Amino acid sequence: MKKLQYERPVITRLNTGVTNKFGTKTAFTPVTHVDGNEVKTLIANYGSPLFVISEQTIRKTFKDANRAFTTRYPKVQFAWSYKTNYINAVCNVFHQEGSWAEVVSGFEYHKALNNDVPGSKIIFNGPDKTEADLRLAIENNSLIHIDHLDELYLIKELAVEMNKKPRVAIRVNMDTGVYPIWDRFGFNYENGQAWDAINKIMLNDKMELVGLHSHIGTFMLSPNAYGIAASKLSDLALGIKKKYKKNIQYLDLGGGFASKNTLKGSYLQGVDTSPTFDQYAEAISTAILNAGFLEEELPLLILESGRSLIDEAGSLLGSVISNKRLSDGRRATIMDFGVNILFTSFWYDHKISPAQDFSQYTEDAVLYGPLCMNIDVIRENITLPPLKRDDHVVVHTVGAYNMTQWMQFIAMRPAVVMIDMDEKPHIIRRRETLSTIESVEMMPEYLKKFKL
Amino acid sequence: MNIKKNIALSDSGFVFDPSSGDSFSTNPIGLEIIKLMKNGKSADEIKKLITSSYMIDDNSFEKDLYDFVNMLQKLKIAEGEEKK
Ligand SMILES: Cc1ncc(COP(=O)(O)O)c(C=O)c1O
Repeated sequence: MKKLQYERPVITRLNTGVTNKFGTKTAFTPVTHVDGNEVKTLIANYGSPLFVISEQTIRKTFKDANRAFTTRYPKVQFAWSYKTNYINAVCNVFHQEGSWAEVVSGFEYHKALNNDVPGSKIIFNGPDKTEADLRLAIENNSLIHIDHLDELYLIKELAVEMNKKPRVAIRVNMDTGVYPIWDRFGFNYENGQAWDAINKIMLNDKMELVGLHSHIGTFMLSPNAYGIAASKLSDLALGIKKKYKKNIQYLDLGGGFASKNTLKGSYLQGVDTSPTFDQYAEAISTAILNAGFLEEELPLLILESGRSLIDEAGSLLGSVISNKRLSDGRRATIMDFGVNILFTSFWYDHKISPAQDFSQYTEDAVLYGPLCMNIDVIRENITLPPLKRDDHVVVHTVGAYNMTQWMQFIAMRPAVVMIDMDEKPHIIRRRETLSTIESVEMMPEYLKKFKL
Repeated sequence: MNIKKNIALSDSGFVFDPSSGDSFSTNPIGLEIIKLMKNGKSADEIKKLITSSYMIDDNSFEKDLYDFVNMLQKLKIAEGEEKK
């Protein structure tokens, strides 16, 4: 006789009339495949845990975003925010779609160069550009976004020494009605710092002021804030035109559009509350188009969107290590991935789906990672069907920041696989090995020998 | 360990405790175990029965059964000492 499929016995109390704070059951459908590839097979071939990137989703999301802006504004340019995910294969999908590169360090700058992005299409942001970085950026005619006065003076000196006219923009911070204001970056609009920096550049004539930049924050749920930012940058650009008879070539509104994730502590799901690209595009385009530019002098609109373009394309596949019962009766499930590789679990209640079929019975559980630390909590409460050792799950919407902010701790960082347009998987970053880590360690001679 | 006498079971996995008014939901395997316990089967007997008809090994099932029975006790569906 053929034996029946087993499922762990579960029993839960029914709370009639009270809404279940753990969410609704309909959220659970098994996700057995990612872009046509069986989760089980991917894990068998590449190990568990495993990050998977969907090229289809990247290209589709990019096209959606691009369409939202280009149907509303005549000149639009995206620049891929390297820090969000700088695995070269990911960057190159964006570059193939037409994105320039947006970098914030020498390391990222060289990555962009190695990916064959022309220097003139690299936007160099951030407070920490070394003198060597700046020399290279000036040499390559890159767009240097000045963050502070020390940098402004240094670029001026280098311009004289190198006898080149660097193309620069200033980063402007401002009150857009969203708090806290990110006023540690760039020059403030309201208190006149921005004008002060503009005057220093314009009067000196050693640099060319080509653009104005702002990045008002990240996971900004208010399209209106972008409308305000676009108005304030436009106002500066028009002021520069009036005062110096100089056209500003571009306004860079930065990144920060929300992805479809659910912020911790928020009652509603991110999929339902995050604004669409159309809403952001409408706010920004309207503000610039209504600012008073002559039609032929409308500046190029640059966007440095990160998480909203890549989050959805990334999934983390993982496996159950063990189940436990906590002292208060709650179920605890221990996964083989922790907060060290799923950094965004500090910000989001990630949606997690079982990767195999199950009945409609569910249990409330805490999901823990495998680290020997109390902070290693993936989800404080989640309703899932009974999972047993070696069952798999898919964590959704993890493409942004995890593959750059992950920490190597206790074990190796996992492999990353990209599934191409024909649903064929490719390794784009190998699983780390002991020698990956030890290749940068050195052993002083006198510590080489010991007797135990 | 015994299932309390007055606990009512439905075939759909609905469990009702008339003494407290609490209701519970269990999956088919849970229901089967509760029924076996109600019929006075010991843990060992339940283990034999389940592992012979389901795709599960002894050790894994023993662990799950132990956990499940603990939950039954916590939810006051079962009471008393473990049957030897
Ligand atoms: C200057 C700049 N541009 C773009 C981004 C990308 O932001 P996001 O991923 O929120 O779109 C960041 C990230 O913080 C940034 O600092």
